[in-house]
Amino acid sequence: MKKSPIDRRNFIKKMAMLSAMTAAASMFPGIIFASEQEKGIPKDANLDWKKGPCRFCGVGCGILVGVENGKPIAVKGDPNSKVNKGLLCVKGYHQTMCIQSKDRLEHALVKKNGRYVKTPLNEALDIVANKMKETIAAHGKDSVAMYTSGQSTIPEGYIASKLMKGAIGTNNLDCNARLCMASAVTGFMTSFGADEPMGCYEDIDYADYFVTWGNNMAEMHPVLFSRMLEQKTKRGAKIIDFATRTTRSSTASDRSILFEPQTDLAVANAICYEIIKNGWVNKSFVEKHCTFSKGLTNMGYGLEDHYEFTDKPEQIDFEAYKEFLKDYSPEKVSKYSKVSVKDIKYLARIFGDPNKKVVSYWCMGMNQHTRGTWINNLVYNIHLLTGKISQPGNGPFSLTGQPSACGTAREVGTFTHKLPKGVVTNEENRRLAAKIWKVPYERIPSKPTYHATEMFRAVDRGDIKFIWTQATNPLVSLPKTGRYRPGMQKDSCFVVVSDVFPTPTSDVADVILPASWHIEKGGLYGNSERRTQYWEKMVEGPGETTADAWMFIEVAKRMGYGDLFPYSKENHVEEIYNEYIQFHEGNKHGMAPLEVLKKESGVIWPYVDGKSTQWRYNAKYDPACSNGEDFHFYGKPDGKAVIWQRPFEDAPEKPDEEYPFWLNTGRVIEHWHTGSMTRRIPVLHQAMPHAYAEFHPEDAKALGIRNGEKIKIVSRRGSCTLPASINERGLPTKGQVFVPFFDENMLINDVTLDAFCPISKEPDYKKCAVKVVKA
Amino acid sequence: MPIKSYLAHPVPGKKEELMEALIRLGQCEVIPAKNQDVLALVTDTPDELSEELLKEKIEALESLKLLSLVSGFNVSQN
Repeated sequence: MKKSPIDRRNFIKKMAMLSAMTAAASMFPGIIFASEQEKGIPKDANLDWKKGPCRFCGVGCGILVGVENGKPIAVKGDPNSKVNKGLLCVKGYHQTMCIQSKDRLEHALVKKNGRYVKTPLNEALDIVANKMKETIAAHGKDSVAMYTSGQSTIPEGYIASKLMKGAIGTNNLDCNARLCMASAVTGFMTSFGADEPMGCYEDIDYADYFVTWGNNMAEMHPVLFSRMLEQKTKRGAKIIDFATRTTRSSTASDRSILFEPQTDLAVANAICYEIIKNGWVNKSFVEKHCTFSKGLTNMGYGLEDHYEFTDKPEQIDFEAYKEFLKDYSPEKVSKYSKVSVKDIKYLARIFGDPNKKVVSYWCMGMNQHTRGTWINNLVYNIHLLTGKISQPGNGPFSLTGQPSACGTAREVGTFTHKLPKGVVTNEENRRLAAKIWKVPYERIPSKPTYHATEMFRAVDRGDIKFIWTQATNPLVSLPKTGRYRPGMQKDSCFVVVSDVFPTPTSDVADVILPASWHIEKGGLYGNSERRTQYWEKMVEGPGETTADAWMFIEVAKRMGYGDLFPYSKENHVEEIYNEYIQFHEGNKHGMAPLEVLKKESGVIWPYVDGKSTQWRYNAKYDPACSNGEDFHFYGKPDGKAVIWQRPFEDAPEKPDEEYPFWLNTGRVIEHWHTGSMTRRIPVLHQAMPHAYAEFHPEDAKALGIRNGEKIKIVSRRGSCTLPASINERGLPTKGQVFVPFFDENMLINDVTLDAFCPISKEPDYKKCAVKVVKA
Repeated sequence: MPIKSYLAHPVPGKKEELMEALIRLGQCEVIPAKNQDVLALVTDTPDELSEELLKEKIEALESLKLLSLVSGFNVSQN
């Protein structure tokens, strides 16, 4: 239908307004235009507002989607959501604009003679099921794999796990959350024996200091950052930005402290050194609630195929730990961290002051780290030594990047080593899964197989002969894509991709399945603060788009596992959730019943006696504490948290004469991850149409590079050509280049290194060595 | 038929006053930021001359500290 001039004019006015707001968002960290969408709604509009969570990022803002005649025409923040209290960021407001994109995947496509042929979904699912069966018959069950997402809903993750581990009997299941928060998981598990933060976002309302560790919250978690800024204005709370690059978060903070890449390990130890030296240790807390351990060192970096590592923890005492810290005096650490002695002591004083409440926030900077588990442990050490943990306004808090990295990847357990409760290596956990799934216990293998990087190495080697990816774009997001793209193109592996839009990953697929966008299906997400959020289907998707969970079920039925998947198309979300929550019964991880989630804008687990548990391990708030003390770290058999002795170790690849710069990669406020959705939202795409390479002005001058000039970034693995950016969005330290990874036309991950943390297996996207040449 | 968008930065403490003044001028659509001293402004005028005149009036407002252009569209009537 042709748009009338008035419609078109109104549309352009709306675009103009969105452009202004997007510009404001890039200038003012955490800026909020709460009434934006409502202003654009015609007064006579008869909108049905439906509640759900935001699709972009792990904060888990509540949204209300205004639906008229079956179409989503507006989004506003949910004022009843305790997460965002009615606020949204620039991505949140615009999210539904992408689903009507002209190149939406509406039908299944099957590659025939090198061309994609539109195929009825039923036929495409037949092909997928038959191929999976044939591959298993010919090469064994470990020749098929599934790679899912932190954007998959809880029911989708659960069905993926049940199909792969329970029905087929392979642990070849991993997910893209391995790339963003696996180090947070192993950090929590090694220090506390239980995953996920002990606190919640309400900490923001009580903390005196927010220390952000390599975390540009103003761009990546803008709604939370706006809540912090509000406390800064209202109560004088202070924000300390500890990073390798000056960002919009740094400029909005009270203090910006820059460090040399990788040396956060040493600085964290130096803070502990100072805390002990100055007598700031909370002795009674440490004596009652902590033990000390050390693990193996010089673990390597996982650069070689088939790399394996298992830590061997060894208990030590406080004196041994104190002795170890002697190598980390501020004076010694300052020399290589490039953080002044004064700044290290300043940081230590913040944590050491018994009258100040401190929250540490981090995300990719600490997690995407070849010693990611260690740096997570070290930040917990600081909070444990000072007893600043599990109390309102005091605690370490790892933020997630995807809307259900916690709910689906971590809680359901879509990792190779995980089960919905516990791990595959634990017999009790396998027996529980087998009982709930109604499968023979022996079918669930006890040994983990491939983590994300190794899974795509196995595809390249020809060991995996069938892979099915959902809601993820590994050929833009994996490190060293220069190896994995040709790997996935090989005839040795049959590739199935379920997605909403075409991506560089779907470009190499043999079958493309048309997935529903989140508001086109019902589901549940779990956010960074353990909050589970439910939503009902809001609109019909186009063509034959279908929820991933239902496509899994259809394939499972075709493979002969129908009796294990007795769900109805209409109510499968509810039926699956009710089955899933049996895994978490009890007061340590009890999930809220669906009836509660339908009414509330999210509920935090453990949900016990009709109440969310906001601060775990603190007897005042957590009914699971049973040791009779104020705190009980019940994840560990002895009820105590572990303070880990973890040293500083160098990055696997450092700048040298041939490759003299650090390369750091990351994100921008306008785009979400690989940009497959946000680049289809016109106002966001116009605001940030392509990637760029940020330089320190002195480096740019020395290289003779002008702003906007095309340059080539080259590593030992590949190259990427981009325009230079000098003194614009961010400012890297001298000797460092920063590139955002959202742009599929400028694939910076062709350049990055696939080294990972040996414990978490999470790759380090923040550090490798590159040179810069004129393009 | 120009449509332009701006960020209007008020003189400290005069955000409400600036918003009201812009609305009074007509041909202006304003959305204030909730947590920052800045307004998103869209002007909708019949021709370039009217746009220029409107811009002059906006820039003369005492409550305005700075007006920065973000985008401009020229929409034909038909």
